[in-house]
Amino acid sequence: MGTLMTTAPIRKTSLYDNHIRAGARMVHFAGFEMPVQYTSVVDEHHAVRRACGLFDVSHMGELELCGEHAAEVVDYVITNNASSLVDGQALYTCACNEQGTILDDLIVYRSWFDHWLIVCNASNRNKMAAVFEQAAKGRCTFEDRSDEVSLVAVQGPKAFEVLALAGSDAGTLADLKAFHFRDAVVANVKCTVARTGYTGEDGVEIFCAWDDAPALWDQLLLLGTPLGMKPAGLGARDTLRLEARLSLYGNDIDETTNPFEAGLGWVVKMNKPRFVGKAALAQVANQVRGAPQARKLVGFEVTGRGIARHGYVLRDLDGHEVGVCTSGSPGPTVGKNIGLGYLPSGMTAIGTKFFVDCRGKNVEAEVVKTPFYVRKKLV
Amino acid sequence: MSDNIPVGLKYSTDHEWARVEGAHITIGVTAFAVEQLGDITLVSIDVKVGDELAKGKAFGTIESVKTLSDLLSPVSGKVVEINKALDTSPELVNDDCYGKAWMIVIESSDSSRAAKELLDDKAYAEHVKNST
Repeated sequence: MGTLMTTAPIRKTSLYDNHIRAGARMVHFAGFEMPVQYTSVVDEHHAVRRACGLFDVSHMGELELCGEHAAEVVDYVITNNASSLVDGQALYTCACNEQGTILDDLIVYRSWFDHWLIVCNASNRNKMAAVFEQAAKGRCTFEDRSDEVSLVAVQGPKAFEVLALAGSDAGTLADLKAFHFRDAVVANVKCTVARTGYTGEDGVEIFCAWDDAPALWDQLLLLGTPLGMKPAGLGARDTLRLEARLSLYGNDIDETTNPFEAGLGWVVKMNKPRFVGKAALAQVANQVRGAPQARKLVGFEVTGRGIARHGYVLRDLDGHEVGVCTSGSPGPTVGKNIGLGYLPSGMTAIGTKFFVDCRGKNVEAEVVKTPFYVRKKLV
Repeated sequence: MSDNIPVGLKYSTDHEWARVEGAHITIGVTAFAVEQLGDITLVSIDVKVGDELAKGKAFGTIESVKTLSDLLSPVSGKVVEINKALDTSPELVNDDCYGKAWMIVIESSDSSRAAKELLDDKAYAEHVKNST
């Protein structure tokens, strides 16, 4: 066998001991020691789709902007429209640089008109802290709260049943609308609970004080285990988000990609008067319509024998290199080997056949509709 | 699971096992390797029956949900048999890595010497201990 991955400690979330007790295998991720799996990626994936999964995502960054001009500052940094939000509402967005490429993808939370929370990717925390701090100068206050805030996700069809067992206040969280949030007491812990996630399932993400997370985690697991809840690691988080076609920063999007080609044009509001990257994105928007060499992020299924991986070259049927796979793995729920990758605009139609170069072997693949998995809505 | 190291097999430091029976050496991956890889989703044997294989050379790849690893032959010789069941049932590796999930059989011109160059179960257990 080739070299197996090894690990050495860096930063830990407050849930580190909980993970170790649960038998997690820890890996380095974005400067943290995080659980990649507890028992099996596939089992954890299925637990989230069929019952419920509990995730530690405390490595994510939390940035806070306060003051009467905070809304304008946020709206200037992001591509989506923050002014459309009401108190207690959140939205998904990109933040771009002046070249119109993606600095990060974020969820922006409006607590009050003058109190905003930004959740950014762990790998981009310092970069985005600098971006928002700079934009906030002389306009509003800025604080990086990442070291004070833990974030735990409860995801899956049984998520609200588990929460209903965690106290009378938590029991009414099912009334939250998607992308809305409120303060709540969950298992005697003061939290802010948002109906958001990164799995394609219904559920919540729970913010609490850094040191409160271990008790919250243990209690939720105790209540949820009889309902089929399992702790789920980064491995399952990745297969779940890929099936739901949710972008992963550093894989599918980064500072070499713009929101339009990544299929995130819907979070770019060109009718906003001004925001970082608007001029460049206006040009891109025209090019995407005009230029045949433009590329697009598409979903594909590997129909031959192979698994596409991040970085693998995509080839046309003549064997010419035409693109790159940005994410790929088996999709445990869809039961196929799936992936995302950039292909030239002429090759993005559903059903287009091409090859994934799996370490020198051309394996057949086909562009398919995404998301690969859509949750059935229970009324 | 990683302490599942059957007596009587030979082991490579790359976490393959070898069962020597006369000139024939059956090869697979160890429980420790499987534990490190996780859920096995694809086994690709890239040699054919009749191919000559050198010790340390890759004869295929094994992939889990998250990662991929080369399968390295612990011995030199001629490939005489390939486990086709792994094509359609890679999960056999998780279920029975020392049995049903054998990968290839190699015919060695000097199997006893080849075996001597590998670790016994005790030495391999020590190696695993130092790998974790």
